[in-house]
Amino acid sequence: MSVGPPPGTRAGLPLKVAAAAGMLFLHIPLLIIILYAFSTEEKSFKFPIPGFTTKWFGVAFARQDIRDALSLSLQVAAVSTAVALVLGTLAAAAVWRSRFFGREAISLLVILPIALPGIITGIALRSALSLMDIPFSFWTIVIGHATFCIVVVYNNVLARFRRTSRALIEASMDLGADGFQTLRYVILPNIATALLAGGMLAFALSFDEVIVTTFTAGQQSTLPIWMLSELVRPRERPVTNVVAVFVIAATFIPIVAAFYLTRDTQDVAGSVK
Amino acid sequence: MTALAASRGGSALAGLSTALFRRPRLTLLLLLVPPLLWLGVIYLGSLFALLAQSFFSIDEFSGVIIREFSLATYREFLGNAANWDIILRTVVMATAVTLGCTAIAFPIAYYMVRYAGMRMKGLLYLGVMLPLWSSYLVRVYSWKLILAKEGIVSWFAAQLHLTWLLEAVLELPVIGGPSLSISYLGTFIVFVYIWLPFMILPIIAALERVPASVIEASGDLGATPGQTFRNVIFPLAMPGVVAGSIFTFSLTLGDYIIPGIIGQSTPFIGQAVYSHQGVAGNIPMAAAFTLVPIVVMGVYLSVAKRLGAFDAL
Repeated sequence: MSVGPPPGTRAGLPLKVAAAAGMLFLHIPLLIIILYAFSTEEKSFKFPIPGFTTKWFGVAFARQDIRDALSLSLQVAAVSTAVALVLGTLAAAAVWRSRFFGREAISLLVILPIALPGIITGIALRSALSLMDIPFSFWTIVIGHATFCIVVVYNNVLARFRRTSRALIEASMDLGADGFQTLRYVILPNIATALLAGGMLAFALSFDEVIVTTFTAGQQSTLPIWMLSELVRPRERPVTNVVAVFVIAATFIPIVAAFYLTRDTQDVAGSVK
Repeated sequence: MTALAASRGGSALAGLSTALFRRPRLTLLLLLVPPLLWLGVIYLGSLFALLAQSFFSIDEFSGVIIREFSLATYREFLGNAANWDIILRTVVMATAVTLGCTAIAFPIAYYMVRYAGMRMKGLLYLGVMLPLWSSYLVRVYSWKLILAKEGIVSWFAAQLHLTWLLEAVLELPVIGGPSLSISYLGTFIVFVYIWLPFMILPIIAALERVPASVIEASGDLGATPGQTFRNVIFPLAMPGVVAGSIFTFSLTLGDYIIPGIIGQSTPFIGQAVYSHQGVAGNIPMAAAFTLVPIVVMGVYLSVAKRLGAFDAL
């Protein structure tokens, strides 16, 4: 499929420089965050940093508000991912196995929560909650997150289904397996890595989400909400820097894992967020 | 069949399986109902409830929302010149950000698809994906460190004896400001940075679909590499650019965090929506405002569809 490097041609210097500069532009800010987490400077964003220290890591992990926010974020991400896995897989299975009226609309409906700006999803959910007098809780955050996480599971699983031969399922049935046995021994093993990749991306998406969360969290504080409040009204900048580094690490691991899980296939996980 | 199933044990399950197999419509319904209930009722329901509320109005004196059909909110919304300023500012910013992203994304995608070897390509791909998925807030925050008055850009400008240049840029009308972190230029840079991966990926997808034979044919027919790029490759990559622009445009239209952290105090659409629903408690006005990005994106998507952008998504 790919065009590939034509034999005997090489990229011109301007193209190389432009591509390299673009990649640096994407990555230098992340490196800077890591650098600042070790800065001894407390009050400002002075550069170059005056000295190195690791003491802020200890300070940050001892803070109860950060621990609470982290724990809430992990729980929300876990539950939202579970809901998204179930709903996304069901929708993908339905679209794959049959043709029905409105089939095209399913894809649109699934993608809508991330295609529309997050603020619209957030404000819509919030006004619906207030219209129905539902108080903010753990579950109101989960409702918001699961809604926009469904799409990553759906995309990953549907892509895998499309490359799964229907003949496999027919063979399983012909050999005497019933529907549930086919599901257990043929379908699930086939889509397992797609589920894993989709689940990890959904987890990363939920763990990091801030816009919808501000509308559905009430007084509760997830880690991104905590960071946002620190960005708007800074209290202890070095602690914020450390939390930022932690968040980078916590999202990198599932993304890299999802990438390698689906690398050998045509559709690499995460290409559509 | 029943005997077979019974001999395997689990006869109830097997029976259920057979029943489902005989009624494919029922199976389909069982598969569809949970996601449809969630997305159709919770999500679309909320969305329609929100839009419906734009037809309510707020009592100016008591601040109580009157739940009766009225066009008062729209009359006030459209009649206020400040709102038009906000919309214009946001749409101009979204356009600029889209162009900026295209300019930076194209060389990266082009290099990846046409020149990078397999290993390099995988590495670059991961290099685009990581920022896409890593924390939005953290990445915005890093620009606060970079653009602040005592931050990295100022330091490098001083080291290179270019402080005069930085100051000249900041004194420019409209895009300048007291420091980069309090200027439209700063807001623009951060928007471009944050949404850049959304532009790179669709362009890669579009470029990969350009058949090598077409490029060779262009060369065989006597086109220089530059002519081939302008007349063959770029037009064929256009659907990818348009697909990417859907993201960069829509995301910029709705964002309310970036301009609040890096930029001047003048509001964008997202911030206007946020303050109407939050501080002011004027949900009808906020709902009317959310209609703007929806309408703009609706127009944009229908144009994009004509240009074939959805094939590159």
